[in-house]
Amino acid sequence: MKRRTFVRTCALALTAVGGLLAMGQAPALAAYPERPITMIVPWGAGGGTDATARIVSSLLERTLGQPINVVNRTGGSGVVGHQAIASSAPDGYTLGLATVEIGMMHWQGLTQLTYADYTPLALMNEDPAGLQVAQDSPYNSAKDLLEAIRAKPGTMKASGTGQGGIWHLALAGMLQDADIAPQAVAWVPSQGAAPGLQDLVAGGVQIAPCSIPEARSLIDAGRVKSLAIMAEKRHPLFPNIPTLKEQTGIDWTMAAWRGVVAPKGLPDDIAQKLTSALKQVYDSAEFKDFMNQRGFGMVYASGEQFGTFMSESNDSLGKVMKAVGIARQ
Amino acid sequence: MDAILLAAQLVFQLDVLVTIVLAALFGLFVGSVPGLTATMATALLVPITFFMSPVAAIGAIVTCSAMAIFAGDIPGTLLRIPGTPASAAYTDEAYAMTRKGQGELALGANLLFSALGGLFGTAVLIVAAPSLAEVALQFSSFEYFWLACLGLTCATVVGSGSTIKGLVSLMIGLLVATIGLNNPAGVPRFTFGNVDLMGGIDFIAAMIGLFAVSEIFRYVLGMSADTSNVQAPAGNLFTGWGRLFKQYWRQSLRGNVLGTAIGALPGAGADIAAWVSYAVSKRFSKTPEKFGTGHVEGIIESTSSNNAALGGAWVPALVFGIPGDSITAIVIGVLYLKGMNPGPTIFINNPQDIYAVFLIFILANIFMVPAGWAAIKSARLLMRVPRNVLMPTILLFCIVGSFAINNSAFGISVMLAFGLLGFIMEENGFPIAPTILGIVLGPLLEENFVTSMIKSDGSFLGFFERPLAAGLGIITLAIWIVPLALYFWRRSRG
Repeated sequence: MKRRTFVRTCALALTAVGGLLAMGQAPALAAYPERPITMIVPWGAGGGTDATARIVSSLLERTLGQPINVVNRTGGSGVVGHQAIASSAPDGYTLGLATVEIGMMHWQGLTQLTYADYTPLALMNEDPAGLQVAQDSPYNSAKDLLEAIRAKPGTMKASGTGQGGIWHLALAGMLQDADIAPQAVAWVPSQGAAPGLQDLVAGGVQIAPCSIPEARSLIDAGRVKSLAIMAEKRHPLFPNIPTLKEQTGIDWTMAAWRGVVAPKGLPDDIAQKLTSALKQVYDSAEFKDFMNQRGFGMVYASGEQFGTFMSESNDSLGKVMKAVGIARQ
Repeated sequence: MDAILLAAQLVFQLDVLVTIVLAALFGLFVGSVPGLTATMATALLVPITFFMSPVAAIGAIVTCSAMAIFAGDIPGTLLRIPGTPASAAYTDEAYAMTRKGQGELALGANLLFSALGGLFGTAVLIVAAPSLAEVALQFSSFEYFWLACLGLTCATVVGSGSTIKGLVSLMIGLLVATIGLNNPAGVPRFTFGNVDLMGGIDFIAAMIGLFAVSEIFRYVLGMSADTSNVQAPAGNLFTGWGRLFKQYWRQSLRGNVLGTAIGALPGAGADIAAWVSYAVSKRFSKTPEKFGTGHVEGIIESTSSNNAALGGAWVPALVFGIPGDSITAIVIGVLYLKGMNPGPTIFINNPQDIYAVFLIFILANIFMVPAGWAAIKSARLLMRVPRNVLMPTILLFCIVGSFAINNSAFGISVMLAFGLLGFIMEENGFPIAPTILGIVLGPLLEENFVTSMIKSDGSFLGFFERPLAAGLGIITLAIWIVPLALYFWRRSRG
């Protein structure tokens, strides 16, 4: 008797859950958007991508008049979350915040996914790589550092992302452009910039080529110095940090970017509505305040432009990855 | 002194106090639902904090996370489902107390020592943050490798019964930890081309499966004892506390110190603190044989430890902007957003802000007592619910929790698979606690080993070159070798 009740309660509960799921998939008929939207973030809660997704969502919510749920789909170096965005229904009710890694993982043979599997909506942010060393490091300019690496290859180590991650590429590409073998500095994989920077201060590694906002608190604390920024222009929030080109003449730039995308095949009218809403978000005072507070770089490109941007990013990343031997041959 | 008065003015405002109370209730709820963690609760708060004053925003996060870590003990004790991973270490022990009818005593102890642990962590944060952060920052992968090894040693202590079976269970956990793409080389392992497996086995889903689902299987097969209607009321919670404190203040203090220290280390938080403290408690106990049978001693030490770790984690976060655990990783973002940029200058530029944060820490841990007391009293009603209604409801919560971790049905599959694994293991006398420890420590161990080897160009000597690493290494090896050496020495003599 007892056991039969258990089975029956389970069956009832399952029916209820099934019903709820079915309701969630009702087709969109009336003017978009008529029900809550999901925003998928391929990275963990608390990181910079997550924070960006959350501020964009809360402002977009106001513009579109529908709640937006931010959902973190983490793991697999971003593969899991990017896959989840691409394989959702292209009905405008699932959006995602794609990151630079979409142009990297397929070269490593981790997935078939590329930028072409998405409908580009709006690029919202770009953070150039910096070149950080510990405060007590003997090197005071990018030039000194590069010469030291050239003179004694294999003595220095660097950290700040996983193997083949964006900051690994930033360093490897810089070395290659300076005619130094990319393997001259060994890469120590880490779970992100914070542990890499900690290792820099603890003396475990000598270089951390992560973005400057990520290193900001340690720079302010006088533990880390940033020798250069790998961008065309100096960062407006950190005007004292020279560009790599200014110091060494090397024309190498690398940046991590974040942008809002939808699955491929999003109807044009919905895409247009979203693009103009995202433009409003980008122009809002709240978004500017947020990005400035966090020190995140603001760059905008919408729809087509963003698509072209992703395609260019994809090609240049592929070239570097092949050159430094990270891409799967 | 002025700064403290200013801070008090910032905190004792109606909106701040209301925010704290609401955040406390939210934290209690999230913490007691299996699968929803303190980290998740904090992440959910972030969009709301955009619209709050700095002190209210930080206050909400501090209060919510402290409550969630305590509340995780409630379902762990009553139903054997740890509400947050930080409660996993002593879930079996607390559940054993419930089976003996001492559920309320266990929960009362959890409440008291959680609050005391939280206050201790806060005190350390106030007094020693800058110097402690300095030490924590010196830890490199070599030191973390030895710490992970020390953590693995706990596996042989925490599981009751045969050491060999404990080690087998640990190996299962370590094997599970290798699944996925999140390894130092970024190479997919045991993924069979499956995108979900690339993300690895989620530790929370596995934990829910091993503890809760296996218990449900046992119930369905008519193998578990009925605990309803056998709970002895703990009587006056407060007089009970006096006795507990008198008897176990040493354990509480040791848990507090260890918890704060582990919390302050970037990369290790409340979860690991609770495991280590439980093992330390058993190792140094006068009555280690009572552990695992529903003995309050280990619970006190580890519940002190996980709440103390929360305060500890703020040490490197405030001083250097380096997160001490996954909660402070989110907090750092909020601090920047509110113009309270972390760094040594945070103590100098706007001292009233930082004192306000400290005041909130203290308030939150004091408020934990009445709020937690109410939660315990209402949780007692849960035990009166007939089991044939309760168990399916628990299963439903487990499913919701496993789904919520990553919003995918894959979490539910993981939960069911581990439920089956847990059931089979326990039926054959294998303890499940070491498996969970293996899943938690596996990535830490591997990552720090591989990165250390890269740094030392493949030389094992690197693990002894830095003074701190050498010290930790010698301690670890001594703990491993001395008992073995003693054993052989005794045998050769006798």
